Formats: sequence, structure tokens, C-alpha cells
Amino acid sequence: MNIEIRDLHFTYPAGVQALHGISLNIASGEQVAIIGQNGAGKTTLVKHLNGLLPPTRGQVLVGDWDTTKHSVAKLAARVGYVFQNPDEQLFSKNVGVEVAFGPRNLGFTGEQVHSLVKDALAMTELSDKTETNPYDLSPTWRKMVALASVIAMDTPIVIFDEPTTGQDVMNITRIAHVIKALRERGKTVMTITHDIDFCAENFERVIAMAQGKVLLDGKTNHVLGQDEILATTYVEPPQLTRLGKRLGFKDVVRNQEEFLAALKK
Amino acid sequence: MAIVNLQNVTYKYPLTDSPALQNINLQVDEGEFVAIIGPNGAGKSTLCYTLAGFVPHFFKGELTGTVEVAGNESSQSTLHEWVLNVGLAFQNPFNQISGAKYTVFEELAFGLENIGVPRDEMRARVEGALELTGISDLADRSPYSLSGGQQQRVALASILVMQPKVLVLDEPTSQMDPIGTREVFGVIRKMAGQGMTVILVEHKVEWIAQFADRVIALKDGQILLDGSPPEVLTSPILEGSGFGISRYTSVARRAQELGLWKKDRLPVTLDEAVEGFSLALTLRHSLWSQRGALPSPTGGGEQPS
Repeated sequence: MNIEIRDLHFTYPAGVQALHGISLNIASGEQVAIIGQNGAGKTTLVKHLNGLLPPTRGQVLVGDWDTTKHSVAKLAARVGYVFQNPDEQLFSKNVGVEVAFGPRNLGFTGEQVHSLVKDALAMTELSDKTETNPYDLSPTWRKMVALASVIAMDTPIVIFDEPTTGQDVMNITRIAHVIKALRERGKTVMTITHDIDFCAENFERVIAMAQGKVLLDGKTNHVLGQDEILATTYVEPPQLTRLGKRLGFKDVVRNQEEFLAALKK
Repeated sequence: MAIVNLQNVTYKYPLTDSPALQNINLQVDEGEFVAIIGPNGAGKSTLCYTLAGFVPHFFKGELTGTVEVAGNESSQSTLHEWVLNVGLAFQNPFNQISGAKYTVFEELAFGLENIGVPRDEMRARVEGALELTGISDLADRSPYSLSGGQQQRVALASILVMQPKVLVLDEPTSQMDPIGTREVFGVIRKMAGQGMTVILVEHKVEWIAQFADRVIALKDGQILLDGSPPEVLTSPILEGSGFGISRYTSVARRAQELGLWKKDRLPVTLDEAVEGFSLALTLRHSLWSQRGALPSPTGGGEQPS
């Protein structure tokens, strides 16, 4: 399902102008990372995709739907949104019930709900925690419950807001696996992240935002190689990209494989 | 002189079977900047709570061993006495903000009001803390209207303003952009330089390597390693056990296996990596020259700047 954003402007009721004319096309099945400094408008932008915020000016199309013409409840069938803080979205007495809540509300049959929940729990490595109260789990596993509860809704578009914040290496690897599994199923994924190494290693397209505008948009290596422009939105290129540049590599490298290949040249 | 002294500290939360901390022995000198790393569930936050007196005063549970800060023992002190020496910035700033104040300025004054600091001094200290953490422009905003990264700055400022002898920080930059992170590490380093003792839980290894004096690796409630940043952060013991490892260290370890890293020690920082890889490239360059072949234009002896 394509996403089309046309000249989107948004001003918060208190008068803060958060978005100044954003235009973007995201094709079905694309996996995009959104980076940029605190306050650049990243979260404000993605909240337009499931109708949590209506444009002040411009238009947002999710497939053939204009987001202002459909309720947030209807849009929930197309766009899943995983909040930055899992505690803002979890409320059920056990993990199984929590993860079933979304698909049940979207009107899937009992059998479908069962299979969606089972699948989402397997993808997030939670299959052995179905009966546990989410608040008895560590924050790390609560994060996975938040992911599972959105994945179970089987939406064509999934948004993650800062999925790696406060997570350890093992859980960051788990989250990368989830994103890969969603790619294999043809889902469109948009991920807001400050973790630039995670961005470099898991996404093919990167959008850099600054002060409510799109600063850079393109292939990962191209965007992450523009260190001077990125610095204006408080982003530093990934560790290995910076190292490659300091060593005088001709091409921009973004992960271990690319770095070692360039080193051997 | 050790300002923090933990002897044989073991702690169990109420209603749990296994201890969150096991036999911790830790001495930290005045003005030292110590970073604590470890996978989720290692006991890092529990250690912060123990240093800040929340364990055992707030969380109850079962604490054995002794926790001493500035010569006082936590089990013999009240929380009120304890907060004069130790300040803790929470992992989630949202949980720390008082909810009783309308502006960031008032929020920063909240702690000072509670310990009876005179009004003029309070103003000066709040203004100083706002400036130090780069949030003077947020003074009149509601703490709840801020972004995660901004709230973390408020959380840090509201502890710094108390001027504790020991500053305990639980992932203070987790919601910040990279340049915000650098600024905050700079502030923390500066405080340590002025004699404040800093104990910091952090996943961002690259920053620890650049700023901390000492690193402690914690796993399953126990201290696994305790030493200088290069010593601890390049230890093979950390591989595959859920610790964050700098990309520089991992890539150099792979290069070492391929014969492309010639130094004994693995790098932790960008500068160390540039130095080591430049050496490898220069060695190869001279090897080529001896063979009479032309070196690749990109692989030549680019010197670290």
C-alpha cells in the first residue's frame, strides 16, 4: 500500500509550527528510516499517517484513503503504530489478551485472531510468555509485547517510533529480525530512530528531517555520507561510515561487510 | 579517597526468589566518573536505586552488606539525609518529573524548596542548572509539553541543581539525538572535573570510551569486569553475552581474523580505529612498493587528522 504525502503543513494548537511543507512518496513494501534532531517533526509526521493528527494544510493519502476522510479506528486497519514508550499502550492482564486486542477490534474471526496472535508472538520471541502480565515483564520484553500487539493487526503499514531506545544489544538484534521478517512479508515499515548505526544496518532508504522539513531523502549510503548536511540536524554518520571517511575510502560504507571490502581493495 | 563504598551487597526485591544484586563490592573515589554497562536485567538500575537509597528505603526487600556514601551508611540514614549526598536521574524522565509544577523553572526549584534553600540562592542555582544543561529557553514551558530528549535534560538539570556529592545517572541520554548526547556527556565530564562523583549507566559504548575514567561490566547481578575503558570494552568476555560493543572494536576483531589489524590492542574510539587501520594500510602500501606494484589510490597511507 503506497503512502503519499502532499505539501503537508501542521501547526499545533499552541501555535508551534511543526511541519512546513512535507512531500513524500513511499512505495508499498519499502522500509524507511526517519532521522533528525529532537523536535525536527518526526513523530508529528508519522502521527498523520494513522489520522492521530489532521493536516493543517496539504494532504496525506494511505493507499486510496485521504486520512481526513476516515476515522482513526478505520485507519488502524491500514497503519499500525508502535509507541516509543510501551507503557503508553499496554493495559491487558496478560500478553496473549494484549496481543489479541488489536486484531479482535479489527473484526478478524476467532480463528484468524488466534493465528495472528500466535504468529506475532513467535516473531517477537514471546511464545512462552502468553500468560504473563505485561507489567511483570522487564521493560525490554514489554517493548516486544508492544511490537507484537501491533504486528498481530496485520496492517500493510507498520510504524515504529524509536524502537531501540533503552534496549540492549540482544533486544536490538531481535527488533532488527522483526523488521526483516516484516520486509519478507511485503510490509511497508517506517521507523523513527536516533540510533544511526541501527539505521545504517537495517534500512535501504533514509529520510533526514530538520525543523519540520525534509533535509535529505534517498538511498542509505547516499544520505549517511552527507556528514555536513546531517550535522545541521544534529546527526552524526554511523561509526563505520565516519571511520571509512577518515581512512580516505572512496565509497561511503555503512556496515562491517562494506567496510572490510573497502579495506581489502 | 573512596566516597562510595559497597561491601558484599546482596539485594532481593520483595516477592522474588533470586537476588537482583549479588555480593557487590565497589569503591568509587571522589571525582571519579564510572560507567556501568550490562545487558537488560543485569541489575544496573537496581544498583542505581541502591546507591540512591531507594533500596531499601522505598522498595523494601532484603538488603545485606553495607552501602556507604560520604561516610554514612544507607540503612542507618533516612532518605531525607541521603538525598543531600546522592542524586539520581531516572531512566524514564517522565517518572521523575514531579507533576506538581507548571514550568521547567519551578520543576528545577522543587528539590531545593524541599531542602529549604533561600529564595535568592534558589533562583541563582536554577538559572545555573538551566544554562549548564542548555535548556534556558525551556524555562517557562510545562515539563509535560517537552519531547523525550528535552525531558531528559530537565531530569538531569533538576538533579544537578541539588549539587549532590554523588551523581547517579540511569541512561540519561537514551532519548536524545547524537549531538545532544555529546553535549550531555560534556556536562557530566565537567561536573566530574569539579569534584562531583559520577556513576552512569549507559549503553552507548563509544561515549563511555571517550569520557569515563573506569568501566564496570555487570551481568546477572554480579560484577564481571572492573577496569579502564579500553581494558573492559575490548575484553573478549563481553562478546556474545549481550553487552554493547563499539563498532570499531567489532570490525577490528573481524579484521584481525583476516590479518588486516596489526596492533595488539583493539580500538574502542574512532581515533584509535583510524590509527590502527592506517597502520595496516601503510604496512600493505610498503609491501606493495617493495614488490614494485602500484598501491591503490584509495588504500594508501591516509594519515589520521
